Amino acid sequence: MSSAPTIGEKQLDHAELAERFNKDEGRVDWHDQTLWFIRNKRDKAAQSLPEWEELREAASRIKSNVLNNLHDYLIDFERNAEANGITVHWARDAQEHNEIVHSIIQQERITQVVKSKSMLTEECHMNDYLAKQGIEVIDTDLGERIVQLAGEAPSHIVLPCIHWKKEEIGVLFNKHLGTPEGNCDPVLLTAAARENLRTHFMSSRLAITGVNFAVAETGEIVICTNEGNADLGVQLADIHIACMGIEKIIPQRKHLGIFLRLLARSATGQPLTTYSSHFQRPRPGQRMHVILVDNGRSERLGSKDFRNALKCIRCGACMNTCPVYRRSGGHSYHNAIAGPIGAILAPALDMKKNADLPFASTLCGSCTHVCPVKIDIHDQLYKWRQLLVQDGHVATSKKAGIKGMSVVLSSPFLYKAAGKLGRWFMKNVPKLTNNKFNPWFKQREMPEPPKGSFRHWYRENRKK
Amino acid sequence: MNSREQILARLKSHLSAGNDLPEPVIPGNLRTSKIDKLKTVLTGIGGHCIHAENWADVVEKLRAKFPSPGRWLNTIPQLETFIHSNQQPDPHLLEDVTLGVMKGHFAVAENGAVWITSDQMGDRALPFICEHLALVINESDVLPTMYEAYEFIADSKYDFATFIAGPSKTADIEQSLVLGAHGPKTLTLILLSSV
Repeated sequence: MSSAPTIGEKQLDHAELAERFNKDEGRVDWHDQTLWFIRNKRDKAAQSLPEWEELREAASRIKSNVLNNLHDYLIDFERNAEANGITVHWARDAQEHNEIVHSIIQQERITQVVKSKSMLTEECHMNDYLAKQGIEVIDTDLGERIVQLAGEAPSHIVLPCIHWKKEEIGVLFNKHLGTPEGNCDPVLLTAAARENLRTHFMSSRLAITGVNFAVAETGEIVICTNEGNADLGVQLADIHIACMGIEKIIPQRKHLGIFLRLLARSATGQPLTTYSSHFQRPRPGQRMHVILVDNGRSERLGSKDFRNALKCIRCGACMNTCPVYRRSGGHSYHNAIAGPIGAILAPALDMKKNADLPFASTLCGSCTHVCPVKIDIHDQLYKWRQLLVQDGHVATSKKAGIKGMSVVLSSPFLYKAAGKLGRWFMKNVPKLTNNKFNPWFKQREMPEPPKGSFRHWYRENRKK
Repeated sequence: MNSREQILARLKSHLSAGNDLPEPVIPGNLRTSKIDKLKTVLTGIGGHCIHAENWADVVEKLRAKFPSPGRWLNTIPQLETFIHSNQQPDPHLLEDVTLGVMKGHFAVAENGAVWITSDQMGDRALPFICEHLALVINESDVLPTMYEAYEFIADSKYDFATFIAGPSKTADIEQSLVLGAHGPKTLTLILLSSV
């Protein structure tokens, strides 16, 4: 369900998937503007706090401290959580995580569970795994439910169905929830989903959630939602399973005062999510499990260049601001986490499969500027490119082009000759550049060829 | 080696001295009075804010705001008028509650959130399952920002607690804001004059 589009066996790369998304120009403009609208809301929220930059700096430094001492903080968290009556599990990879979830469900002889948003379970492809074991997972976040009914993966970590138009959701709900045909009123559609999902909340004995923050000092976990779906699911269930990457730890409860001020403002421009729930002990009679998942994180901690990516608090601000993400859509990244942050996280998981992603960027740096924990995203994108070329994961055509350019640029004679030839061909044989084999000709006209070179212009004009 | 030992061993090999933990002393600056800010923000996120002189006034204001009959549950001892609610043997039985009334510890001006702990909820499911939610705080218990909020919370004890900022909401369908996604469709915050 959550695998990226492929043709036969071949996984399409970002450029190919983006090209597909770009076929519908109107939709691209709409997608771009919707995300830009959210980016603007984020700016307003950030600018309303004079202490914003101080908060980012503090958050970034707290996370540095966490990464430096993760070993100790995890042990603290485990001890405190267990003292609170929570069962703590450790999973080295996605497979083990899925097996742990499955074994808990199996012990309870349950076949249907509710789940609130968790990017970790997306990363582990947990829904697919459980489906194969005969267990149905009902996603309860409205956006996630929409993409689930459509058989898709979320295209954005905060706004899972940002690529869907309301008319399409109307058709989908008409088919699955029996809403009136042709009705696409968001109020009516949301009410229909509320009614339908309420029956699942009422009947499900087990709830799976993600984790936004886990506090080492107290052994509590914090979950943020606007809909209240995590809380409703957990409070009506006999068993609660919370799944988290090991980097979600923060040292002390009071640090939430920094992170919660940043998270929702960065994500949607809200001052705070509607619910920021602190789970310290299970409700009387309830069993609560926390699964700590590594899946490549401890390995990455050893890499000086890329470890900072583990500071991410999953706000999605880097996606909303990214000129490439906004115009290529989340699915073009063929990874659970899309956008700039996804493009630096994915190659660490599978360098070969995700070699294209660090190139899905203009390196404009906007992602780095909005990141609430100051991850050097665009620098890491650049560093990944170098590593990928070094290790031979980049297409030979790209390599050959860059080699050729380096020869030309290092010889003044060749450079002059190449410029002259280029201008002549553009003027006299425009077909040679204005064709579908030239990637610079896609979706744009080639410029008028200049009459002479810059060098020529400069020589003429310096005299004046 | 089991997974726990394996993960911890790898993390240990990457331990580095690095920076100390910064003291997060970053008080906010509201640029306006706490109460004004709270009201503006709460209204902006779809909530309602009203004043009450005393507990009798709370009852009167709630009756005026919710005139239709329904199942009301209250967890505040001072409000004897309404049925008192405790931890339920089965939280599913709360599904038809139309109005839940409970006391919060304090509200936060910068984001309209109210801090409420499980001992104030009766049943933990109540603030999420009821159709409408009314929270009462003392007017003097308004804190400017989350910084002051966590100064207050830092060492407190609770089993479960939450910040509630406005009614349950979603904007997943084309960014159109809809109130009442899964939880309460409305949220009323009652500021009680010091009694």
